[in-house]
Amino acid sequence: MADDKLDLLQGTLDLMVLQTLAAMGPLHGYGIARRIEQVSGDTVLLNQGTIYASLVRLQQKGWIFAEWGTSDNNRKGKFYSITKGGRKQLLADAAYWRRLNGVMGRVLALDTGAKQE
Amino acid sequence: MIGQLRRFLQRFLALFRSPAYDGELEAEMATHIELAIEENLRRGLTPAEARRQALVQFGGPARSREQHRDTRSFRLLDEMSQDLRYTLRTLRKDRSFAIIALVILALSIGANTAVFSVVNTLLLRPLPFPDSHELVWIAPPPTSCGLSCATYSSDAYEEFRDQSLAYQGVTGYEAFTTPDNLRLTGRGEPQPATGIDVIGNFFQVLGVRPAKGRLFTADEARGGPHPVALLSDAYWRRQFNADPDIVGKGIELSGTLVTVVGVLPPTFDFGAVFSPGAKVDLFTPLSLDRQRNWGNIVTLIGRLKPGVTTSQALEDAERIAPNIYFNTKYPETRGRYKGRLVPVPLKDYVTGKLHNSLIALWCAVGAILLIAGVNLSNLLLARAAARGKEFALRGALGANRGRLIRQLLLESLVLSGAGAGLGVVLALGLILWLAHQGSLALPLLSSLRIDTQALAWTALVASVTAMVFGLLPGLRTAGGHLIEALKDSGPGAGLGRKNQRLRSTLVVSEVALACMLLVSAGLLLRSFLKVLDVDLGFEPDHAASIKVEYDDSAPSSEGSQMKRSVIFQEILERVTAVPGVEAAGMADYLPLGPNRSWDTPVPQGQTFDPGQIPEPLVYVVTPGFFRAMGIRLHGRDFAWSDGPSSERVVVINESAARRYWPGEDAVNKILMRGTEQNRVIAVVEDVHEEHVETALGSQIYYPMMQQGPNGAQLVVRSKTEPSTLAGGVLRTLRELNPKQPAAEFRPIRMLVDRAVSPRRFFMLLVAAFAALGLILAALGIYGVISYAVARQTREFGIRMVLGATPALVRRIVLANTLKLAGVGIAVGAAASVVCAQIIASLLFHTAPSDPATFLLVILLLVTVALLAGYFPALRATRIEPAVSLRCD
Repeated sequence: MADDKLDLLQGTLDLMVLQTLAAMGPLHGYGIARRIEQVSGDTVLLNQGTIYASLVRLQQKGWIFAEWGTSDNNRKGKFYSITKGGRKQLLADAAYWRRLNGVMGRVLALDTGAKQE
Repeated sequence: MIGQLRRFLQRFLALFRSPAYDGELEAEMATHIELAIEENLRRGLTPAEARRQALVQFGGPARSREQHRDTRSFRLLDEMSQDLRYTLRTLRKDRSFAIIALVILALSIGANTAVFSVVNTLLLRPLPFPDSHELVWIAPPPTSCGLSCATYSSDAYEEFRDQSLAYQGVTGYEAFTTPDNLRLTGRGEPQPATGIDVIGNFFQVLGVRPAKGRLFTADEARGGPHPVALLSDAYWRRQFNADPDIVGKGIELSGTLVTVVGVLPPTFDFGAVFSPGAKVDLFTPLSLDRQRNWGNIVTLIGRLKPGVTTSQALEDAERIAPNIYFNTKYPETRGRYKGRLVPVPLKDYVTGKLHNSLIALWCAVGAILLIAGVNLSNLLLARAAARGKEFALRGALGANRGRLIRQLLLESLVLSGAGAGLGVVLALGLILWLAHQGSLALPLLSSLRIDTQALAWTALVASVTAMVFGLLPGLRTAGGHLIEALKDSGPGAGLGRKNQRLRSTLVVSEVALACMLLVSAGLLLRSFLKVLDVDLGFEPDHAASIKVEYDDSAPSSEGSQMKRSVIFQEILERVTAVPGVEAAGMADYLPLGPNRSWDTPVPQGQTFDPGQIPEPLVYVVTPGFFRAMGIRLHGRDFAWSDGPSSERVVVINESAARRYWPGEDAVNKILMRGTEQNRVIAVVEDVHEEHVETALGSQIYYPMMQQGPNGAQLVVRSKTEPSTLAGGVLRTLRELNPKQPAAEFRPIRMLVDRAVSPRRFFMLLVAAFAALGLILAALGIYGVISYAVARQTREFGIRMVLGATPALVRRIVLANTLKLAGVGIAVGAAASVVCAQIIASLLFHTAPSDPATFLLVILLLVTVALLAGYFPALRATRIEPAVSLRCD
């Protein structure tokens, strides 16, 4: 049970990372983590450290790539960008999530009714 | 899908660049935290609070690292590769340890691989024939009358083949072939060749298919009109340069044109199976008819019908034995083979005699492995003692016990794996060398090789060694108390003392094992020396033999006897004239080689119960042979005047003389061969006819002028090294007979060496293993005593401050050494008594409890132990008291 939840979170995090990179352009790890926190109103991430596992996974799948660069305040860091394959994956995943979301919403609505019966 | 695959690959690759990944991650995390702190500062937090919050937000770098590793690679594998890298690094750092351990392991594992290959080839693997378990060797139980008792007449072969029900096929070969019995001519200088007559179905029964051409046809097998031959693969390559069109060509063999009908496969090596140490070049069909009246000439080999057991075959043989004739023309010879037709598995015939030796060898090499393993354990323990703190620290930092044990196990696996690799290379060299020892009279040697089975065995041996001997120190080290180990600053208390006790026990067992090995080797060495000491009945040194070619063809047997007499006399006169030649003579068979017997002479006026009459081995010789061979003689030698028409004369050996005329002088007595009178003109000493070690039987010598010899071996005795005469003798023989092939000039010593070669081989191997065991044990003692001295540095320092002399300190250390060695020797000697009983059957004229051997071994072990302890003792006396008290 706990594992399923973790899997779901992982998948979710990967999607969030892809979406963030697609929207914002190249970012370093901290930037991605902060961005996701800001968008979600600081509710999603338990800790920022988990972002790196997600980043290496996405990299290995070939959906993002990393290069060393210098940030605005002259600090060396690894910058991640989304690849073509990543964008394709993002479209597919986003569509999937929307569908799932819709289905879940409907199912949950039904569920409540059933329980009250 | 492609993403999954790509990821899998990447994860796998990530195993190999873990450090790079880790470095990048660290840098990224550092940047991350700094950025977070900056942002927090901008939000107006105090520097301390900014840092705290940044870390909280990040949530534990260790966990992040773990997650990263899990994600990017396979955790277990990653840890293993981490451990492996760590192991290689520590081994590189501790180079002398790694090298010693590697050498020990390579030697012991290599020895094990090599011996396994030998044992596998000779004992475990079936003979190199299809369904070889069906093959049996049919012979009487071992007797003292040599090959003639182990062979059968043409009639007996046919009767047995036709009457027995147990066999798919029965075959055989002519047992009395001598090396270089043929001469290949028509291709430059005449070349000697060894051919053997086989019954027509020989290869079919064995299941050997020709590599080229065909086997003998039924017509050829009956001795058809055209002589044919099959070549062995080695001969075809050597003599005919692997001529691809050899089949159908004619070759000239001893003056006859013979058609080559086929070439046998390289896997078939006649000598390796049936006649160890001999090479056979070609095979010709044996004509049963031509040899029908020659007596016992063929061996019997049968292929049992599927499902028939050896004991059923024996019953079958016992059923028909009474009906079998020696010669169907003589009814009284019916039933002569009663009790003399015993089928045994061919494999047992070929290697059965070696069974005990091989098992002993296997045990010896196993003991070596045990000693090496104990030594490895000891070395690892010594290292573990030094590394106790390192492990305690790692434990404190969160490495669990399993991981630490895994680490240690991996270390010993890496060591034994590398040792096994080196060992296989060693074994490969050894096996290659062995396989080319043509003069070593062991069967199947040519098929020796390191095969997959040997490699699997090596892998098993190496990993078991690593597990057993690596785990012990592993458990010891990883199981230690953290606090105690952390407090224990180097060689001193706690873990160190426990280790020392364990190490002492290990050394004691090492010494005991080495003692057992040494005693066994000592007993075998003594046996070997006793064998060399055996009075062979002839003088093997300063003599050599060469196969002589001659042409005695004449219309009648008297005619050829006359002709032969003239030829031989001339040869011997001319050869004796060659400078350096002291004496020369000829015989058709030489000692320690093939032999035969052909009838049962009876002393005149006596009757013997059937079965009581000795069947002497027969040698047909010229005058001068006894002197050339160095056989002492009482009476007179044969003379050229003992011609075909003069009185029949014989020489018998002492054993025969004792059997025929006990307590009397046999010279001038008459031996009856049927109605023919033979005067005994001399008695010669017993000559070891077959083996150096077997008991002696009756022997009879006939002059070549009165009996037909089966070929002639010229024996030349010289004042100096006989090989210097080779050129002169061969030139002389060539002058007399241009057809004389360039046969090998064989020192007689070589015959003896070949005969004792299996014993020497086993003795040398066991001795080598014993020496290795001794060195390893010495190394073990040295290690433990050195370590003990290092631990007692402070104690010795104090003692010396209080007035102890260096001599006293040395004595303390040496006494400790002796205590250790003494216990080991006591245990080892007791075990050796049992061990010696087990190898008793391998000993020759040596008691298993031979006190000299035991005493010498104990002395040797004590000496070596003292030597091993001496150097640490010396170091102990050089301790500077002031330094030792400061040292911690």
